[in-house]
Amino acid sequence: MSRRARLMLFGGSAVGLAIVLVLGLRGLPGFGDYHGVYGRVLSGIGVTERHATDVVTALNFDFRGFDTLGEEFILFGSVLGVVLILREMRDEHEQPSQAEAEEHRFAGPSEALAALAIGLVPGMIALGVYIVVHGQLTPGGGFQGGIVLASGPLAIFLAGGYLRLKLSSPHTLIEIADAVGAAGYALVGLGGLVFVGVFFKNFLPFGIPGHLLSAGQMDIASVAVGFEVNGAFLVAWSEFLDQTILVTRGSGS
Amino acid sequence: MTILQIAALSAVALAGGAVVAAPDPLRQTMVLGIYGLTLTMLFFVFQAPDVALSEIVVSTVGLPVMILLALRKINEQERQRRDAEGGEDP
Repeated sequence: MSRRARLMLFGGSAVGLAIVLVLGLRGLPGFGDYHGVYGRVLSGIGVTERHATDVVTALNFDFRGFDTLGEEFILFGSVLGVVLILREMRDEHEQPSQAEAEEHRFAGPSEALAALAIGLVPGMIALGVYIVVHGQLTPGGGFQGGIVLASGPLAIFLAGGYLRLKLSSPHTLIEIADAVGAAGYALVGLGGLVFVGVFFKNFLPFGIPGHLLSAGQMDIASVAVGFEVNGAFLVAWSEFLDQTILVTRGSGS
Repeated sequence: MTILQIAALSAVALAGGAVVAAPDPLRQTMVLGIYGLTLTMLFFVFQAPDVALSEIVVSTVGLPVMILLALRKINEQERQRRDAEGGEDP
């Protein structure tokens, strides 16, 4: 197709798209005008019926807990895929020498970067734990807190190189965290099935709104998701790191 | 719509354009991180702090790490291929 014909095709489709878009956008409700019934009902009963002051967490871990189970396993499955794709191939080999791995520390961190990263690690871990356990009280929850927690070991990598990251989060441990978290979340759902007869129906006392141990199963679900997300991101990152730093092609070296 | 919301929306539009316009993948990754920060501000001023929290960690830590490591691996392989070709040619 000549350049002229392509431009004409583009011009025609662009005008068509613009017309459809303008017509569609004209039918939208005004800015900030919300008509959904479901959302209004949920934000009304989040505190009174579930004793959770953060309605988003109540939605994720209670009202639509089953949807979150699917999301959990999307993450779990994608990390499995990453592990599978980035595994050691037949013509590749992992360099066993520690000195070699120590050399590949991204040109070495400057002292300022190392000091900053090390200083950030305790704060990140504390913040991550806080976000995970306060899921039902304040914005955040297992997912957000889990990645903040995973960033802690990553900061160790920035500050001290690859081997210290491996020391602080060995592969077996983070894989177990990933699996235990995913299984734990499914078990919370099964608990509902066993004790009250409905999958993901709350089976724990709701407690007093605003207290750390309140809102029934949400706390446990949040901690389980925290483990899962933390493990999942660490597994994915360390697979990438292994592939980049340790694995070389047999023919190349 | 408040001033803050307009500012956040414009920042997202600008940063999104900048991501596309950045020529070099390495720099593009950095700009992508900044784009994530503007998205975080957008979610925050539109009163979705939960999403803002996810976005800030995923876009500034989670994703760039993977892209940077993949870029490094690709560079390494291309260097090896060049070395191999350079060795055979003469």
